[in-house]
This record gives sequence, structure tokens and C-alpha cells, in this order.
Amino acid sequence: MENVTLTVNGKERSAPAEGRTLLVEFLREGLRLTGTHVGCDTSQCGACLVHVDGEPVKACSVLVQDIAGAEVTTIEGMANADGSLGTIQAAFREHHGLQCGFCTPGMVMAAASLLKENPKPTEAEVRHYLEGNICRCTGYHNIVKAVMAASGQDVAPPAVAAE
Amino acid sequence: MYDFTLTRPTTIADAVSALQGEDAQPIAGGQTLLPTMKARLAQAETFVSLTGISEMRGISAADGVLTLGGGATHATVAREAAASYPALASLAGRIGDPAVRTRGTVGGSIANNDPSACYPAGALGSGATITATGPNGSREIAADDYFQGMFATALEEGEIITKVAFPIPEKAAYEKMLQPASRFPLVAVFVAKYADGVRVAITGASTDGVFRWSEAEAALSGDFSPAAIEGLTPPSNDMISDLHGTPEYRAHLCKVLTARAVRSAQ
Ligand SMILES: Cc1cc2nc3c(=O)[nH]c(=O)nc-3n(C[C@H](O)[C@H](O)[C@H](O)COP(=O)(O)OP(=O)(O)OC[C@H]3O[C@@H](n4cnc5c(N)ncnc54)[C@H](O)[C@@H]3O)c2cc1C
Ligand code: FES
Ligand code: FES
Repeated sequence: MENVTLTVNGKERSAPAEGRTLLVEFLREGLRLTGTHVGCDTSQCGACLVHVDGEPVKACSVLVQDIAGAEVTTIEGMANADGSLGTIQAAFREHHGLQCGFCTPGMVMAAASLLKENPKPTEAEVRHYLEGNICRCTGYHNIVKAVMAASGQDVAPPAVAAE
Repeated sequence: MYDFTLTRPTTIADAVSALQGEDAQPIAGGQTLLPTMKARLAQAETFVSLTGISEMRGISAADGVLTLGGGATHATVAREAAASYPALASLAGRIGDPAVRTRGTVGGSIANNDPSACYPAGALGSGATITATGPNGSREIAADDYFQGMFATALEEGEIITKVAFPIPEKAAYEKMLQPASRFPLVAVFVAKYADGVRVAITGASTDGVFRWSEAEAALSGDFSPAAIEGLTPPSNDMISDLHGTPEYRAHLCKVLTARAVRSAQ
């Protein structure tokens, strides 16, 4: 096995990897960064989405040796320096953009890519951009709201769950 | 996945020679190949990654031709071809989702020739020229000769697609009816109007893969309007039959989407 080095969330990290080792395995098993999830392992669900050199990538569909030396950002890199939630994460919390949370790391990373490319998206653009990210719980409305809020646009206040 | 060795050459010449090795196969974005490898439907001792070859990733437009490096990603084409060939950029920008477009490449799509893939329609509809480079040098293959049926192409063992050149039409459009689960086309039509005639290429419909609808081409070359194809019977190529659509439905879509593409062509 060869040692692969990546810059992950700003820090240089190395671990051994085979030719077939996927980026998501390297992150979760090699570096113990388990925030990046595997939902389908067949490149359909987006739970494993991370940024590689600033672009969105499904970590279950990239060989880690193929991106040796790259800069990778995962959900663990999205919090503020003091450990508090980053803007997008805080908006997901505020607007109930998650229930079980399984899809959330991928949703937050996809949202970050969208807002970098298009800082003030319309609701339709948010829905369209997130088409590769599947959520089994929320029905998407609150995810879209959270992304709109994170972009600094007005959204209706969070609904209070009926008791 | 079975284990393998991954090599990452940085020049076309090195990639070609690496592919001469025992049981070696190219891998580009991996967006088709990796899921196939995970299902153990594809394997090789060595995979030769094409992602490190910068001479294969560029895009340029000159003298009425848009040339894509075989390793140009869908995201790059969507962004950088928008001014020179908007219909093709729009095709690239609607493949899969943003993360698939970061990795997937034109060469991978055209080498694979999935019967429902988008790029084969863009290439055949534009009368593109595919450059294949192998141990005996490079050769140019016209799209009309290149696509040879479902997953079948004119590529020889050991050759890689290094370039795809698209003549830029006066007007063109790509109309795609999504298969909502896979987000591949259920049927999609690429229409391009050139000074010497109109080309209509259809993907997702036929069991023989991408094809040209020659009756529609003839009618549209005389009169480039949706009305020109109203009286035509839909193409009679062997239509795909699966749970997403009957052969009749697909044949119907060919006609509807061709008319839409003519209407939206610019
Ligand atoms: C969720 C999802 C949705 C998708 N939706 C669509 C869609 O709507 N429309 C669509 O058209 N596609 C779609 N795709 C497929 C996507 O476009 C792939 O990127 C593309 O088909 C293959 O390109 P690749 O670079 O990933 O090739 P790879 O997967 O790396 O390779 C595919 C095949 O081509 C060979 N190959 C790769 N590059 C070359 C080359 N330069 N020369 C010779 N052989 C080569 C490989 O050996 C392999 O056999 C989707 C994929 C996913 C995962
Ligand atoms: S785990 Fe990667 S897309 Fe589902
Ligand atoms: S919150 Fe459960 S899958 Fe999205």
C-alpha cells in the first residue's frame, strides 16, 4: 500500500491506501473523519459529497490515489474556528433542515458549493442544484429554506411542530 | 471492488504506453466505471487514470469549430463553451448533477456510448470528429462512423479519445426528457442547423444506441420549423422497451422532442 497525502480541512493528512481505496473510505477509515456519510455507495444519493480543490465531488466515486495532493474540505471543516456552527450549518438547525441527519453533511457541502457559485439563488435554483442529494426525511422544503436563509435572503420563520 | 494498481501518467504518450501493459484499462472521471467496478462487472490489473493529463483537459474555439480535450469535464464544458456553442454547453450542464459534472468527462461518455447518454447525441448531431490516439499514433473518426450500436464504438483496444471537435452550427438545441430516477435521458434529441443542412440525433430511444433521424433531417433542411415534421411518422428504429416507457411512447417522444428542439434552437 502506498501512503496518500491530502490537505484535509487545511491540515496535511496521510494514511495508507490501495489502488481501489475510495476517497470516502480514506476519510472515514484512514483519517477517522466519519462526518462524511455513505448512503448508497452507487453515486446516487450525495450523502458523501465533499469538496476537492473547491469543487463538489461524491467521495464514494473517486479513488483517493487519483487525487493525491488535493485540498479536501469535509463537513468537519465547516464549523467556525471556535467550534460553533458555520452559517449554513446554523441555518439548517434554525430552519429544521434535518431530521435523522444522515443526508445533512452532503446537503451542507452541496449548499456551500451552490452559494459559492451563486450567492443569492432563487428557490428554484436551490432545488435544481440539490438534485443529486437525496433526503429520506424532511421532504426538502426546510432544506431549501435553510439554504435560502444561509444566503442571507428572507424566509418565513421556522414552523413550530404541532404537539 | 477487486484490487488493482492505479497509475497516473501526465502525458498522452505515457498513458498510451501504460495502456500497452498487460490487462490495463483507462479510467477518467470514474462516474460510470467506478459503479461498474464496485458491482464487479469491470476489472483490470492496472487502471490508467487520464485525470492528470493536462494536454487532454483544455477547450478551444476557432474557425467555427469547438475542440474539447478528451478529458474535459462536463462542468468545464458547461462553463467554458457557453459563449461559443451554447447548445452543447447546455447539454453538458444538464448531465447528472453538479458533483457528477465535476468528474465526468466527454471522452468517458463517448467511449462508453451508453444508449441513453447525452454526449453521443451532441457529437452525432454536430457531425463531430473524434481523435483517437493509440500505439500507432492518432486517427480521426467521423461521428457517423464512430457510434456502432449500444456500448459499441470504433475505438480499438489501447486507444484513448484525446480530442473531440464539434463544428459550430448556426442554431442548435438539446431537448431531454428525464428518466426521473436515474436522471439520464428517457429520450433526448439534439438538433443542429448548419449551412449545408440539418442534423437530428436521438439518444435513449433505440436499442441500437444513438441514431440520426434522416426523414426529419430532410424535412427540416427544407423548412426549419416544427410544422415541417408534423406529418412524419416517428422513426421506426427498434425502440427500447422497459418499465419507464413502451416503444410507442419512446417513438412519440422522438417526434415531440424534435419539434421542441427546433422551436428552442438558437
Ligand atoms: C448520478 C449520475 C447521473 C448521470 N447522469 C447522466 C446523464 O444525464 N447523461 C449522461 O450522458 N451521463 C450521465 N452520467 C454519466 C456521466 O456522464 C459519466 O461521467 C460519463 O458517462 C463517463 O465519463 P467518465 O469520465 O466518468 O468516464 P469513466 O467512468 O472513467 O469511464 C467510462 C468508460 O470510458 C473509458 N474511457 C474513459 N475516458 C476515456 C478516453 N478518454 N478514451 C477512451 N476511453 C475512455 C473507460 O475505460 C470506461 O470504459 C451520470 C452518472 C451518474 C453517476
Ligand atoms: S454514498 Fe456517495 S452518492 Fe451515495
Ligand atoms: S434528514 Fe434524514 S435523510 Fe435527510
